[in-house]
Amino acid sequence: MKKGLLMFLFSIFALGTILAACGQADDNEVETPADTGDTGEEVEDGEGTAEDTGDFVAKMVTDEGGVDDLSFNQSAWEGLKQFGEDFGVEVDYQQSSDASDYAPNLNRLARDPETSIAFAIGFLMEDDIRSVAQQHTDKQFAIVDTVVTDDDDNTIPNIANITFAEHQGSFLVGVVAGLQTETDHVGFIGGVESGLIKKFENGFKAGVKAVNPDATVSVQYAQSFNDAATGQSIANTFYSNGADIIYHASGGTGNGVFSEAINRARNGENVWVIGVDRDQHEEGEWADGNVTLTSMVKRVDQAVYQVSQMTMEGNFPGGEILEFELADHGVGIAESTENVSEEILSAVDEWTQRILDGEFEVPQTDEEFEEFEI
Amino acid sequence: MKLIKDTAVKLAIPLIAIFFGFFAGAIIMLASGNNPIAGYAALIDGVIGDAYVFGETLRMMTPLIFSGIAVAFAFRTGLLNIGVEGQLIVGWLASVVVGIVFDLPMVIHLPLAILAGAIAGGIWGFLPGILKARFQVHEVIVTIMLNYVALHVSNHVIRNYMLASGQRTDFISPTASLTSDFLAGLTDFSRMHWGFFLAIAACVIMWFILWKTTKGYELRAAGFNPNASSYAGMNVKTNIVLSMVISGAFAGIGGAMEGLGTYGFIQILSSFTNLGFDGIAVALLGGSTSIGIFLAAFLFGGLKIGAANMQAGANVAPELVEIVIALIIFFVASSYLIRLILNRLQSKKEGK
Repeated sequence: MKKGLLMFLFSIFALGTILAACGQADDNEVETPADTGDTGEEVEDGEGTAEDTGDFVAKMVTDEGGVDDLSFNQSAWEGLKQFGEDFGVEVDYQQSSDASDYAPNLNRLARDPETSIAFAIGFLMEDDIRSVAQQHTDKQFAIVDTVVTDDDDNTIPNIANITFAEHQGSFLVGVVAGLQTETDHVGFIGGVESGLIKKFENGFKAGVKAVNPDATVSVQYAQSFNDAATGQSIANTFYSNGADIIYHASGGTGNGVFSEAINRARNGENVWVIGVDRDQHEEGEWADGNVTLTSMVKRVDQAVYQVSQMTMEGNFPGGEILEFELADHGVGIAESTENVSEEILSAVDEWTQRILDGEFEVPQTDEEFEEFEI
Repeated sequence: MKLIKDTAVKLAIPLIAIFFGFFAGAIIMLASGNNPIAGYAALIDGVIGDAYVFGETLRMMTPLIFSGIAVAFAFRTGLLNIGVEGQLIVGWLASVVVGIVFDLPMVIHLPLAILAGAIAGGIWGFLPGILKARFQVHEVIVTIMLNYVALHVSNHVIRNYMLASGQRTDFISPTASLTSDFLAGLTDFSRMHWGFFLAIAACVIMWFILWKTTKGYELRAAGFNPNASSYAGMNVKTNIVLSMVISGAFAGIGGAMEGLGTYGFIQILSSFTNLGFDGIAVALLGGSTSIGIFLAAFLFGGLKIGAANMQAGANVAPELVEIVIALIIFFVASSYLIRLILNRLQSKKEGK
């Protein structure tokens, strides 16, 4: 009897843990890859062989976030789908449920003779794409958000490295923050301290400095991209010390920043958050308003689209480091601007033009920021 | 005659459960407009279709065998070690630390790194063991809590002391690595590594300890009936602690396989690896026997690796693939319920 009970308990536990583990990805809307695949073929049939693009196949591997992460995986897939529709070619994605899936997924695309270009979405796949690309030198790869180098620090000829001029976009939201702040004090919260996130920080500081040299910018790193609790406690410190706007470049950690801002807005405080990567307008929504001032958007969809197109036209940018800038519409401020005044928006347009005209270089590193004068 | 019948029933139940699982998965696929035959063909193709996926399947099996053994070993002593996940994580971390920090010839370095994983896992198993033996604290509660402690402590250590690029540590030095160019070459650049053979050895070791040594007999006796074994002069408390330590050590080596073989580093884990939790299912399906665990690990490893091919090969949406896999696990896990019901019915009959 005792043993039977034990067995029973054991089964229940096993079931509970396993089902819980498997349930993670199931609660989102299903977007069947079959749909797009079919559309691609139909368009192809309809057009006949007007262009020799029929055998071009572009596929991507998502990172842990999955294709419906409301962030850059989703953005990349939207770009790829658009590309598939516009040119009538086959596109598809492979979803990774955890880090151990990256290598098999990339390998599957690499070994599939049909795949013309395989995108790895996110810098987490850096190590895996390096080894897969070196094993399959005849295949074309691209990775978003990082530059993959071999042991001698050279880029790899069959990987296109897609990066963004995050400092330029951050500069523009810095302009917004510098003009909007009433306390002359704004904050920046970064994820893990790295060259990439430093670009956000320095661009933002430069933007604030350009329009409001007296304003203080507090900076702190959470050392994590998925620690909302730490994000919230840093935000709490910043707001308590008098900052009224916080720009976060910290992925999931930033969700804590939004929670803190919403809590304070409920209590009647006038605080704002600036979102990152995509238009984070909905993250800032609460019953009586919205704490999202604006967002620095990275157009991963544009980048994926353009690289696919280049590759299809025979100009695969392998071994190159592509930086998508303001000029390419690769970065910019979000479309939701209801919380920003006309005046500030026109200032943003003015600064955008000055960056586009090459009047000055937006700093990316701490050293460049030290020397930055406007 | 009865023995043969018992064995047949023991074999039949998991097989029936697996069949039911696949059958239910097929119904779900049909209901959602997918072709189940194409789906399962893609699944099988994704497991044994070519050298690469087969190598990846064996790679995936490796930690699952260790976590399955860890669960089964404790279970044989009447303990529910739900903490395999945490023991595996600390073992992974410890082996990577040794792999990075020390500079030794391979003959010493590699065994040392694996040993470090075993010790770390053993300590993580010792804590619930001693609490259970001394203070009667139920090991399920302690091990579940220690899973979280392991996850967050290891993330903290990586983040503050070992972060190299992005979210991971440096690579371990080649002298501590289990990777094998030979095996990778055989399997078309899969990440299969020598750890697979260690896992087979571990199956043999588990069988040997439990069935061929006096200590193993005591451990099993304590599992069957602690009061009787205590009356027979065995120290049940020591056996409880010992069993948890050995179980934790197996789990820790499973983590070392990931650190030294598959990845060569440890990254900040955003959530549990699930290798430890899957080990519970592996041990269940394998009936807590060495051969059973090996076969069950093959099934689970294959499902995990093949699932991605269902998406690529048969256009089954990834979420649906997870549902199908979950259903298979559901029926496999409920095989014990089926067996329990069968046993009840049988004993009632015999009672009359």
